[in-house]
Amino acid sequence: MRVFSIGLVISGIHLSMPLLFAAYGGLVSERSGVINIALEGMMLFGAFLGVAVTFWTGSPWLGLAAGVGLGILLGALHGLLSITVRADQIVSATAINLLALGVTAALIPTIWGQPGVSPTVARIPPVVLPGLSDLPLVGEIFAELSILDYVGFLMVPVAFYVLYRTPLGLRLRACGEVPEAAASTGVDVIRTRYLAVLTSGALAALGGVYLSLVQVGLFQRGMTQGRGFIALAAMIFGKWRPLPILAASLLLGFADAFQFRAQAVGLPLPHDLLLALPYLVALVALATFIGRATAPGAIGKPYVKD
Amino acid sequence: MAGPDAVQAPEPAVRLRGIWKTYSGGVQANRGIDLAVRAGSIHGLLGENGAGKSTLMKVLFGLVSPTRGGIELSGRKVRFGSPADALEARVGMVQQHFSLIPDFTVTQNLILGNEPTTRFGRLALRAAAARIQELSDRYGFRIDPNARVADMSVGARQRVEILKILHRGAEVLILDEPTAALTPQESAELHGVLRTLREQGRTVIFISHKLAEVIDLCDRVTVLRDGEVVGEREIGPEHRGPGPDRDAVERDLARMMVGRDLPAGPGRPHAPGAPVLILSGATDGGALAPIDMEVRGGEIVGLAGVEGNGQNELIELILGIRGCASGRILLNGTDVTRWPVDRRLRAGIGHIAEDRQSAALVMSMPVAENALLGYQNQPRFHRRGRWLSVQRIRDFAAELVRRFDVRTPSVRVTASSLSGGNQQKLVVGRELARRPSLIVAAQPTRGLDLAATSFVHEELDELRADGRGVLLVSLDLTEIMTLSDRILVVSGGAMVGSARPSEVDEETLGLWMTRGRTDRTGSVEAAAT
Repeated sequence: MRVFSIGLVISGIHLSMPLLFAAYGGLVSERSGVINIALEGMMLFGAFLGVAVTFWTGSPWLGLAAGVGLGILLGALHGLLSITVRADQIVSATAINLLALGVTAALIPTIWGQPGVSPTVARIPPVVLPGLSDLPLVGEIFAELSILDYVGFLMVPVAFYVLYRTPLGLRLRACGEVPEAAASTGVDVIRTRYLAVLTSGALAALGGVYLSLVQVGLFQRGMTQGRGFIALAAMIFGKWRPLPILAASLLLGFADAFQFRAQAVGLPLPHDLLLALPYLVALVALATFIGRATAPGAIGKPYVKD
Repeated sequence: MAGPDAVQAPEPAVRLRGIWKTYSGGVQANRGIDLAVRAGSIHGLLGENGAGKSTLMKVLFGLVSPTRGGIELSGRKVRFGSPADALEARVGMVQQHFSLIPDFTVTQNLILGNEPTTRFGRLALRAAAARIQELSDRYGFRIDPNARVADMSVGARQRVEILKILHRGAEVLILDEPTAALTPQESAELHGVLRTLREQGRTVIFISHKLAEVIDLCDRVTVLRDGEVVGEREIGPEHRGPGPDRDAVERDLARMMVGRDLPAGPGRPHAPGAPVLILSGATDGGALAPIDMEVRGGEIVGLAGVEGNGQNELIELILGIRGCASGRILLNGTDVTRWPVDRRLRAGIGHIAEDRQSAALVMSMPVAENALLGYQNQPRFHRRGRWLSVQRIRDFAAELVRRFDVRTPSVRVTASSLSGGNQQKLVVGRELARRPSLIVAAQPTRGLDLAATSFVHEELDELRADGRGVLLVSLDLTEIMTLSDRILVVSGGAMVGSARPSEVDEETLGLWMTRGRTDRTGSVEAAAT
């Protein structure tokens, strides 16, 4: 087994996808003016409920739906706290993150009778597209892609189109830049921000579901391992813009894949250093990130109607 | 109601009847105001800050609901619950703060909230831009619909604001101090647009506290004071040219606004002493070209320029907030080029910061602690070593409050509870307590009413009489012209002109500000003639 191979590409895509979903969740929320550092908690909850429901029903599709549904609920909670009650958006999100870590860990033994990890459940299978999987070289990649991978890649142009080419996108961005100006033209800032935060919760949870139901088929305590924050880094490094965020997610996902494979192959590098690689890449990406002014103008500021 | 055959004067486009507005805090902003605005005219609404102009117009625009009173548009009674209702009835308002999104293009800004789309839900940007272009051309706005607002000048943005309400179909346009941040040229351009609008039958209500432009532009002026109408004047062509008619109406309006005669501007000899500040080739190595200038004791040097042309950078360079890459800065003959801010302040610089609410005061701290800012290391506020003495701080603050007539119930209330004028008095008082040999006053009267403005002007004049140097940075050319002994003009981070007030007029200064030096060799003084 070599480090650089088709396997790296497959694993890179698989590891990028959760980041991409969560980062787009962050994008949608923050472009509307609501900071969402709860991506991590939303992912973890999504991953957890996805596995639990699959365990109970035997259907990963129901698990997927449940996980995403929970993400929407969490988005509603974040919205309620940060939009309606106008609590500090960081505090509200941190509460969700802490809740996710504690609640999911506590429920593992109650549901499965064992601490730390669930039993293996059915995974979301790859879609076999006849023809594509038979292609030389890239066929191997297509054979490994699930419907969620296609959804993920399709999400990029869709998000771009909605954000920049539709009234909804224009309004959403207006709410994130100068909500007062948006309101003065009749845009319902509160409703728009809620819509964005709900979508954000759904996408982040989808990232979590991908992690548990596409990649491994089980839930492990704290299994997101900070990927929600890495996604946040991808969003910032991508300057809150859809295409650069795709690039940043791929970069960080592939760094992770490289790390895994380097360990498997036994590259003569310290184990800990390899483990830290994706985080180091994220750190370097953020440190070299120039032009902080690209954040939406009203980000983090509650909107108060006067 | 008169019958259909009755001959009568046309109904005014806007009639406000007995408008009262009492805010929840008990402040009576409007007290029974009647106002009639002729259709197709420009109607001036003149008054000091707090006179009730903005409240009255917010009532008309549906932003504020009146406690009592009614609105009629062309004789028809209306009631507005929101700006959307007002826009529906073709009344639009441009408020003082800009309501544009800098990151958006003009077109995106104008269609926001009412976006045209193609069949597939896609924004029809091109068609919208074409319509906006057509509207802009018809009224002479000279606006590119595809330009990003962030890249436009303040004057252009102001025109976009007006274009925005026109685009929404407004027949009655309310403009709240639209020229406050504009250069004379930009103001003139705006006046041109407004006259075109009037020719085309639209009605404009123009809020201002600048007498001169109200007389230049308006057909009729209503003056408000303390929430009541104190007078109205019809303005005709005979008032617009210079002469006794104009002077009379100007004096009249000023008296109505303030409620008393204003002291005449300081006429005084200019006898400067030794230089207190010298910059020779000083630059930050970035935004500023090498700057040569001096401020002498006993003079006020006015620094004019369009906002964002290096004034802030120059102030920071003088104070030491911004490092000096090359050149020298001398304060009272001592080289302070490498000195940190604190040392320069102690050596005799006072600074009235441009944005008092964020750069000069901490709004959430009490008046007393705000008075202390910058003096916290002085032993006279300490007791037993370096512990701050609350009592000494309060005594000092109380003394400032008394001497500078800061209206506050106590020195323990937060700075945010003071009015803008009183906040500024506190800042001015604190900086003068330093007894500085040089005071750098950045926009010291921005947002202040006439009374507070004249207070600040008198203080600066006293400093001058006392032999201190004043560097007055202002966007208000009238302020620069009346106060300064010498005027410097910055443009694009470089000094492009220098003159005495008697040698130039506002138009010339405006030209220097916007065009800068036309060539490197020709002197600016030559350009002035």
